[in-house]
Amino acid sequence: MSSSEKSPSPGLKPFTAMVRREFAGYFRTPLAYVFLAVFNAFAVSLAFFVGGLYESGIASLDRFFLYHPWLWAFLAPAAGARLWAEERRQGTIELLLTWPITVWQAALGKFLAAWLFLACALLMTVPVALTVGWLGDPDWGVIIAGYTGSLLCAGACLGIAAIASALTRSQVIAFVTGFLACFILVLVGYGVFDELLAGLIGSAGVDEIRRLGLWRNLEPFTLGLVDVRPIAYFLSVAFAGLGLSTIIVERR
Amino acid sequence: MPLIEAKNLSKSYGAIRAVHAVSFTVDRGEVVGFLGPNGAGKSTTMKMLTGHLRADEGVAVIAGFDVADQAVQAKQHLGYSPEGAPAYGEMTVREFLRFAADLRGLPDAAESVRKTLELCRLNEVAAQTIDTLSKGYRMRVGFAQAVIHDPEVLILDEPTDGLDPNQKFEVRRILKEMAARKAVIVSTHILEEVGELCTRVIVIAKGEVRCDESRDKFLARGTDLNAVFRQLTA
Repeated sequence: MSSSEKSPSPGLKPFTAMVRREFAGYFRTPLAYVFLAVFNAFAVSLAFFVGGLYESGIASLDRFFLYHPWLWAFLAPAAGARLWAEERRQGTIELLLTWPITVWQAALGKFLAAWLFLACALLMTVPVALTVGWLGDPDWGVIIAGYTGSLLCAGACLGIAAIASALTRSQVIAFVTGFLACFILVLVGYGVFDELLAGLIGSAGVDEIRRLGLWRNLEPFTLGLVDVRPIAYFLSVAFAGLGLSTIIVERR
Repeated sequence: MPLIEAKNLSKSYGAIRAVHAVSFTVDRGEVVGFLGPNGAGKSTTMKMLTGHLRADEGVAVIAGFDVADQAVQAKQHLGYSPEGAPAYGEMTVREFLRFAADLRGLPDAAESVRKTLELCRLNEVAAQTIDTLSKGYRMRVGFAQAVIHDPEVLILDEPTDGLDPNQKFEVRRILKEMAARKAVIVSTHILEEVGELCTRVIVIAKGEVRCDESRDKFLARGTDLNAVFRQLTA
């Protein structure tokens, strides 16, 4: 029988095919364009109208990045909802799991494609940075650090969204649960929420929990401090989410 | 060596025993008709053979590879069309087949897509998104992704379900063309399909194999196949 000779190792081809399909998948529906428009509209208007970026008179983007945890908490689950829920709804998960690709390869491909899509949304806000550069003389290193932090923060939210998506066949349920989980991570570290929490578990515990907040970890980046701890935090949330969602898909 | 081997496959969903100790083998050149009432365990058995479901007990082997331990190798030799022929509806037929070819790492994906479009007579709808296709075409797209790599093992869950007589004829024609070189399992409720397509029949009911015999032996059980079926699956 010639079966074993017939199939040379396909190498990275299946994986790159997976990433390409998933990434292109976003642009097959108008949803992607709505998403990009909403992200941009909110990112810009929150920075200028709520954050007072212009009035502050400071050539810095920290007031722009301040709202990114909120944006990602809302929009990463929106982009991540389809990851697995859509495969279940269409029944294509049965194809995917019987094609010669491991669940891990498929999951990583999907995750990277979604992250890349979020990166595109972020990249479209570069004119904000250029405006600041035109008006003043910002520290470009700090701005680049801020963008890096924001992208990592997006990955963490996407990891949570992946778990939510792996648990259901409904994109709506995946979005809502993903959003709620991310929302809690946004709230952690905000004064009002911390006081509430301190009443429940005491102030020592709150200090520990505060470290898990999204803003708490993004803030150093916006000040130009690229530290190992927040990087490790974002990446561990992202990959824990990826790993857990993969296990959920494999087990079902 | 048989191309498909089911050894003692069992699967339960909670307290419900879906499949119990199902064993059979399929050799090259055989087309096995997998018959049974709805809920008999046909799809569950097929899902375990294709590695989509993990068996509680037993082993499934495709082209010599255990689907649990050597999943990727086993799947390279397998073409599978699940019930209802699911596909990515937002893709065009050509894009979908190209994706299937790339995901399988086929060396000349473009040529495989061209041949498959030809074989399954999908050329005229190649540029249409799958969502816009009629049921007949959709079923053929499901079939096309299962044969794009010319696999040795073909497992088709109700490939003619919901098709009109002409479309059924077409699917059977394609299957017959390629059957001699492959081991094929086709599940169906349509008893007439047995005589036209299959070389062997396995009847399954309540999760157990009730009969496993050649087509001729099965057809000799009686002229009224529906009565034979009812009696076997009671």
